[in-house]
Amino acid sequence: MIDVNRQGEVWVFAEQEDGSLHDIVLELCGKARELADILGVRAAAVLPGTAVTPLARRLFAQGIDTVYVVDDPRLKHYQTTPYERVMTTLVERHKPQIVLFGATALGRDLAPRVASALRAGMTADCTDLQISDVVEPRSKEVHAKLLLQIRPAFGGNIIATIVNFDRWPQMATVREGVMPLRDGDSSRQGEIVQEKVELDDTVLALRLIQRHIEPRKINLKGARVIVAGGGGVGSKADFRLIHELAGVIGGAVGASRAAVDSGFIAKDHQIGQTGTTVRPALYIAAGISGAVQHRAGMEESAKIIAINNDREAPIFSVAHYGIVGDLKRVIPMMIKSLRERQ
Amino acid sequence: MPYDIVVCVKQVPDTANITAEAMKEDGTVNRAALPTVFNPEDLHALETALEIRDGYGGTVTVISMGPPRAADVLRDCLFRGADRGILLTDRRAAASDTLATSYILAQAIRTVGRFDIVLCGRQAIDGDTAQVGPQCAEKLGITQITYLEEVVSITGNTVRVRRSMGHGWEIVEAKMPVLMTVIETANEPRPPAAKRVLRYKRARVLDELAGEVKQALPEATDPQREEEVSCRAAALAARGLLIEQWNLDRISADLSRCGLAGSPTKVHRVQSIVLTKQGYSEIPATAEGVQQLIHELVVDRTLG
Repeated sequence: MIDVNRQGEVWVFAEQEDGSLHDIVLELCGKARELADILGVRAAAVLPGTAVTPLARRLFAQGIDTVYVVDDPRLKHYQTTPYERVMTTLVERHKPQIVLFGATALGRDLAPRVASALRAGMTADCTDLQISDVVEPRSKEVHAKLLLQIRPAFGGNIIATIVNFDRWPQMATVREGVMPLRDGDSSRQGEIVQEKVELDDTVLALRLIQRHIEPRKINLKGARVIVAGGGGVGSKADFRLIHELAGVIGGAVGASRAAVDSGFIAKDHQIGQTGTTVRPALYIAAGISGAVQHRAGMEESAKIIAINNDREAPIFSVAHYGIVGDLKRVIPMMIKSLRERQ
Repeated sequence: MPYDIVVCVKQVPDTANITAEAMKEDGTVNRAALPTVFNPEDLHALETALEIRDGYGGTVTVISMGPPRAADVLRDCLFRGADRGILLTDRRAAASDTLATSYILAQAIRTVGRFDIVLCGRQAIDGDTAQVGPQCAEKLGITQITYLEEVVSITGNTVRVRRSMGHGWEIVEAKMPVLMTVIETANEPRPPAAKRVLRYKRARVLDELAGEVKQALPEATDPQREEEVSCRAAALAARGLLIEQWNLDRISADLSRCGLAGSPTKVHRVQSIVLTKQGYSEIPATAEGVQQLIHELVVDRTLG
């Protein structure tokens, strides 16, 4: 760990794969900029990999002042130990006050290991970050401008705010899709710092035998309208109605876990705590009862229409418009009404 | 070649079925009022361990950290085929965050002694952090492989496994000792075996015996009860039915790294998410109703 360092920068771990930045990194850059402005410090990103320096421009555009590049052939494909070495070395060298990671599969492999090595705090899967003064309950000591790390817990039934008083840096992984992505400013300039971290082949604990990457075929996060179906749709054949409505409306197809588990649709359409978090302009939930895990992934949508034949379904608690009825009757009516307008 | 495997399991509140009664007025969760379950992904970790042992020989030791009632999950592990259960229970470990928890678990694993493979569920459903596995690996100074989906092969001291990457998978090899976190698609956990249930349903930890003795002998003095407890413990131990109970002293833990003192992260505030009927406009399930709704959405520019 490092001591409390109020001049410390706000850092983002710039996750990349094969030379392309993960979407979450751009979301985090905007948040880091905002936090750094409140604290009056610089926002920086750590970018490990091979031949990744050109990516720095996109980080500057999103509000980053300094990019620490660590270029080493051993960092070409991610594995835990060398990346852990990079992050712990740079944290100890530059003493940032905040370090943010994406709560991706990679981020949640790396971040806890880094925190353990530093013996510092790490809060998983945050959905909001704020800066506030906090009074320590026992000592009554006032800690100025701490990072409030806000996250759901207990299966989404509670929201906990976590703080780290004195074993810094204050670190968190942040859920994908919850921080708004700002428009970048491609004319924005920044500083590139090439960092040296001692690595040798002994850090390569894993030997890669084979890798299979499935491209994300659907873009749920970017969709303006999402039509999502749940277990109540009933069958894979009837799920066609969901696709059809999405097609007419020009939206993407989402699904609840129940629909995915029943085999109505592939897992990459899943919305919710274990799937994608979305906040479209319009979310239509058809035959989705609305378990808390699903609601956690969609309740920030600007408008929500719930269609369910069970009046007591929890999905109605987050809906703006509710239709109590059989989706197999209601959806064709919606399709017809939309077609008539076109 | 046989392998010694340690599995970390957790008893958790059943967060999928939380009702309003389980929330206290201050918004915190009343854990005592919640039914408990075996953390789902930990069952897959146990199954992975049992499959390796059944295929290659060796031992499966299960450790659980929690209150005395967490002995339930250890009995469940014994029913399903584990060789040895250890309950790690100590009030001084309460309020541990993931860093303190992983330190305590790592100390316990070190105390077990020889191990080739450590297995954990990817995450527990009460916290959903997925941090304890990787942090435990770091504390032990060993290689971690997260999101295990399949053990492809084990040759000598090398494991070859397929791990999920969220949007694909990779097959990697690592030298033992190794800590792996297991996801639910890895396998189908075996059910408890009837013969083992009959044998191990009477297995107890010391704290449970103390509770039973207190109920059975309400009039007895403390020394009398203690004698009865040690008597029953000896009888159980003779039949291999005494589940080991360890505290922080037993694992030589540095107390400044345990519990609240050892936890850099503190809970500042907790809010419960109450199901609020915020009042939605109900649209009649008729052609006119739907038409009117679509019209409204077009007018307010949500559509089109």
